[in-house]
Amino acid sequence: MKSINWTRNEVLVFGVILAFCALAAASDPNFLSIPTLTDLMRNSIVLGIFAVGAMVVLVSGGIDVSFTAVAAFAMYATTVLLRDVAPDMGWPVAFVVATAIGATLGAFNGIFIALFGLPTLIVTLGTLSLFRGALLTFIGTAQISNLPSGMRDFSRWMMLRGTDADGNFYSLHWAFAFLVVIVILTWFILNRTMLGRAIYAIGGAPESARRIGINVKRTQMFIYVYVGALAGLAGIMHASLARISNPQDLVGLELSVIAAVVLGGARLTGGVGTLTGTLLGVALIVLVRNSLIVVGVPSVWQSVVIGALILLGTGLPAYQALRAQRRAA
Amino acid sequence: MSWLKTPEGRLAVIAVAVFVLMAALNPDRFLSPQNLTSMAFQFPEFAILALAVAVAMLTGGIDLSVVGTANLAAVIAATIMATFAGDGAGIGIVVAASAVALVVGLVAGLFNGVLVATFGLPPILATLGTGLIYTGFALVITGGPAVLGLPPAAAWIGNSTILGIPTPLIVFALLAAGIGWLMMRTAFGLKTRMFGANPLAARYAAMDTGRVLLKVYALCGTLSAIAGLIVMSRANSAKADYGSSYLLLAVLIAVLGGVNPYGGYGRIIGVVLAVLSMQFLSSGLNLMGVTNFAREMIWGALLIAVMLINTLASRRTS
Repeated sequence: MKSINWTRNEVLVFGVILAFCALAAASDPNFLSIPTLTDLMRNSIVLGIFAVGAMVVLVSGGIDVSFTAVAAFAMYATTVLLRDVAPDMGWPVAFVVATAIGATLGAFNGIFIALFGLPTLIVTLGTLSLFRGALLTFIGTAQISNLPSGMRDFSRWMMLRGTDADGNFYSLHWAFAFLVVIVILTWFILNRTMLGRAIYAIGGAPESARRIGINVKRTQMFIYVYVGALAGLAGIMHASLARISNPQDLVGLELSVIAAVVLGGARLTGGVGTLTGTLLGVALIVLVRNSLIVVGVPSVWQSVVIGALILLGTGLPAYQALRAQRRAA
Repeated sequence: MSWLKTPEGRLAVIAVAVFVLMAALNPDRFLSPQNLTSMAFQFPEFAILALAVAVAMLTGGIDLSVVGTANLAAVIAATIMATFAGDGAGIGIVVAASAVALVVGLVAGLFNGVLVATFGLPPILATLGTGLIYTGFALVITGGPAVLGLPPAAAWIGNSTILGIPTPLIVFALLAAGIGWLMMRTAFGLKTRMFGANPLAARYAAMDTGRVLLKVYALCGTLSAIAGLIVMSRANSAKADYGSSYLLLAVLIAVLGGVNPYGGYGRIIGVVLAVLSMQFLSSGLNLMGVTNFAREMIWGALLIAVMLINTLASRRTS
């Protein structure tokens, strides 16, 4: 039997989640219930898709802060397009259009990063305000609450619904299945294809990757297009679930998403990161964002708690690496 | 014309070009005394934040907590002033509260330095985390709304003029000159840049890299607190989320100013020129009725364009 490595981020985050739930259950017996679980799952959908994309970028040794702007752009542009051009189209059309817009904006990032070799943080900081500014300048600033019929249909598409023993209503949206599919697809790419090996390789050591014949530029291009596509999909899903398309939404979430991914053990230096860790990180961030009050901490403390978790989640592995390095030296 | 080949030379040309262009596009209003004065009052606060980010970037790091630190320092100072100021002008309490704010900035910066130097956290993540924590503390202290009711003396640093020159501009000029001297003319500055150029070589050269990093981040924190005090004074209040767009702007200005985000190269004069270009552009577009959103878009495009030019130019020379 493999022994558990207690210092792994995944184990650490899982422990914190368990402790959080135990505390919450102690102060509110209703916490451990199906409605709480389905709420958690529903709130993890958009954040989870973002996090999967952000993780792929971190694994490749980059960082992307523009994905929320990509998502907002794809979401709102698609809503406007559908409303004005094809109001009767079904939701699959909306999803395909939003994903395509996201992929295009991702390719824009990719051109500067892969082709010109600019630092990923600077490029995506730039495109964050570029995409957001372009959206609000050229497409519109007013939120659309009267969504096209396709998106409205999607919002009503429940996987299961019911009431638990205490009479509390719960439901789970089919959008959760999208998250599951995206996780499986990303797992397959990262762990079962040469492309995935290449992504880990360029994150671990770009020069070595180049010398063993990996096409670094093409791999990076794929990564940013993929992340853009995921962001576009997450964006349109966000609007459909919230039943409102607000162009000023989503931007500002990017640091929380990166926090979730980093908590899950992905390293900023690249080459390290797992989907399990990422999903655990998302679960923890969603718990903190929604249920801090249940464990008796007022919600104004939310950003302090998330900040402290980031420091803890990155600090422990960094400190261990530093000590190992000093012992070796 | 060899100076044209340096990032600073190109920036000087850009700054002058933007100034002339904006003056030409807004013939009556851009060069008016009102506009020039209002520009001089507007830019020092984010310019000082940009100085802080630039100093962190010289080490190859970054400080994403500058706005959080500024707001925390300002909120604490404002709370002290609002609580203890009587009916008078309250000069004494303003000075004391400002001193507390500077200490808060120093401690916040030192904490960043400890995380980066002692615990080995990547600066992006360390300051991302502490930025959230400092903003969070400011939120906890205020509970959300702005702190109001500052004594009249608190308005001095942000709104007065000395010999006709706006005080914030004087503060910025002194800080820019001081940091320029510190980074280019002292052993500490040399060590900072050496560490940024090659951390391993710096350690092998028997440099106490931990101390250098601690000092750098403490300096960043103190600068942020000064910026926070100016924002507080100009707004006559303090709030946990003032100036949230300044973080991007500060990073943008530092990079625009030719500071290498990987560390080792950067000149304060470049940062100053970048700040001036941004302010000319901002005010000019504002006079032409361009919205904040369009301005945000232009900033983003500018950041990428300048990065591209600098990268392509350095590739050609090497």
